Amino acid sequence: MSRPDIESRTFNLAVENIDTDQIIPAHFLTMTGRDGLDQACFHAWRFNQDGSEKADNPLREHDVENQKVLVTGENFGCGSSREHAPWALLDYGFKAVISSRFADIFSGNALKNGLLPVVVKPEVAAYLLAHPDSGVSIDIGRRSLEIEDYGEFEFPLDPFSAYCLMRGIDQLDFILQGADDIGRYEQSHGK
Amino acid sequence: MSEASTLFEKIWQRHLVRPETADTPAVLYIDLQLLHEVTSPQAFEELRQRGLGVRRPDRHLATIDHSTPTTPPDEKGEYAWYTAQAKKQVDTVHVNCAAHGIEMHSWDSPNRGIVHVMGPEMGATQPGMTIVCGDSHTATHGAFGALAFGIGTTEVGHVMASQCLLQNKPKTLGIQIEGELGPGVTAKDVILHVIGKIGVGGGTGSVIEYFGSTIRAMGMAGRMTVCNMSIECGARAGLVAPDETTFAYLEGRPKAPAGEAWEEAIADWKTLKTDPGAVFDQLVGIDAADIEPSVTWGIHPGMVIGISETIPGGENDALNYMQFESGAVLTGEPVDVVFIGSCTNSRLADLRAAASILRDHKVATGTRTLVVPGSALTREQAEAEGLDEVFLAAGAEWREPGCSMCLGMNGDIARPGELVVSTSNRNFKGRQGPGVRTILASPLTAAASAVTGKVTDPRKFLEESA
Repeated sequence: MSRPDIESRTFNLAVENIDTDQIIPAHFLTMTGRDGLDQACFHAWRFNQDGSEKADNPLREHDVENQKVLVTGENFGCGSSREHAPWALLDYGFKAVISSRFADIFSGNALKNGLLPVVVKPEVAAYLLAHPDSGVSIDIGRRSLEIEDYGEFEFPLDPFSAYCLMRGIDQLDFILQGADDIGRYEQSHGK
Repeated sequence: MSEASTLFEKIWQRHLVRPETADTPAVLYIDLQLLHEVTSPQAFEELRQRGLGVRRPDRHLATIDHSTPTTPPDEKGEYAWYTAQAKKQVDTVHVNCAAHGIEMHSWDSPNRGIVHVMGPEMGATQPGMTIVCGDSHTATHGAFGALAFGIGTTEVGHVMASQCLLQNKPKTLGIQIEGELGPGVTAKDVILHVIGKIGVGGGTGSVIEYFGSTIRAMGMAGRMTVCNMSIECGARAGLVAPDETTFAYLEGRPKAPAGEAWEEAIADWKTLKTDPGAVFDQLVGIDAADIEPSVTWGIHPGMVIGISETIPGGENDALNYMQFESGAVLTGEPVDVVFIGSCTNSRLADLRAAASILRDHKVATGTRTLVVPGSALTREQAEAEGLDEVFLAAGAEWREPGCSMCLGMNGDIARPGELVVSTSNRNFKGRQGPGVRTILASPLTAAASAVTGKVTDPRKFLEESA
């Protein structure tokens, strides 16, 4: 395939160890729906207690439409295993996150929900953090990240996550594509 | 596949809708999903957003346990909710289950309780099944020879929509425990000892099968205690092969097969065992004679010692948090709170064990003691044999069923710095309240510690009554 799966510009949050409490504060966990998760994303960084926007909101200049790839410092997504973290990032509008290191559980939760974590060498992350609003093309089949005016890099991705991302489906779509098999199984096994 | 199979492989094979490929995981059929108020709302919401229904409501069973108060309602029928959100979660699961036709065991159900106590009590948990729940202690159901594991909210939604789950085939770990347990040594001490021996990562990626004469001699409550804590050594699930003890427990329960179907079920269940010559990826042997009443001294369930042993060194963070010193013994440490309950140890057998020590004794002044039965049925059965009287006469609190102080979501928490001897499953920092220090122990050790107000070897009381 020639068309890259994600073609976007980058947005930087040059902070290390961004934990899932920063991505979505714990008091949103008792939510019983998924509405408003875009507002919850990086909530304490964006909003004052009274709901007004913070003067130093680091996402103020973010062009959500054109910057769908987040670049962060290392160890992104550490802390609690909450699945709300990738939900919030996706709802907010990100499709991929680039960092030199992700917390394991966050990576798993992200891929389960269709958010792509792209692990790069520290010097590549450093370049991107020094060059905000870079154009990037991500080809999932080739595990390739191409950065304009800089170079092309390979990143690791397990076969099933690649399978789903390339087809634009998530895990539930994959299961439901086999609905006939499920029906047949139920029939033949007396379920 | 070789002819000789492990119990795990037999259950796995029976539930394969699609096998694993190089690119895709296996699609595994799930016989039963248990639901509760905490990990279900977003899964229902996901279905709503996609315009999907619950494929098999008849293969779902719901209750309320995590956020529910364990004190009775007031005269107006109002419960003492810890937070408005807790009440909303409970309300939401009722609305969702009603909308999707899922059987809900609410306040008025004689079966309501901790989801891992309720399933077996209703006979819904049966040998050879695959069972999931959005709760890491789902491994409990493995005591019946069911493949049962905890899943995240996204996967809860997968099972609602498809009755299937994506899984990479886990490895197998056989844990053989042989010999007779000494006086005062219980199933809880066995599993604490096992976790201490293999470590909190010792079972990572594996399904454990527990076997050997020690396991055979255990009742179902004991086997559930052992399987329950499999997750604490990193395992995906724990299993015990079904036998006459299992069948005797299940016979006549509301959801167990009856009549001809019962005979057929038994014939099938008897085939659910690891064949001679089947190979586990890893094997561990434990001698029951090496196990004494066991307690945790640190901040994860692998930090375990026999109660007569001294606290090891080298874990300064844990020792600082617990305010313990390496080289010291735990016996004699003043105890502020004793918690007898949780999906690990809140069944009738556990309550009887605690009562055997609390009978004819008083709880020490200043040691608050909570006894929280695992379900409404357990509570009723305990009251029928007068255990409530024993607890109340001793000065303990006799509560309504729920998860309670195991994780404190409903507000049942201790105060910062307090030391809790707890029959639950996790002693992480702050698990039972900010700054609270937790020692995991058996119901016997917990009851003995309640009486003396200090961490106490329960064998002291057994000698007394002998």
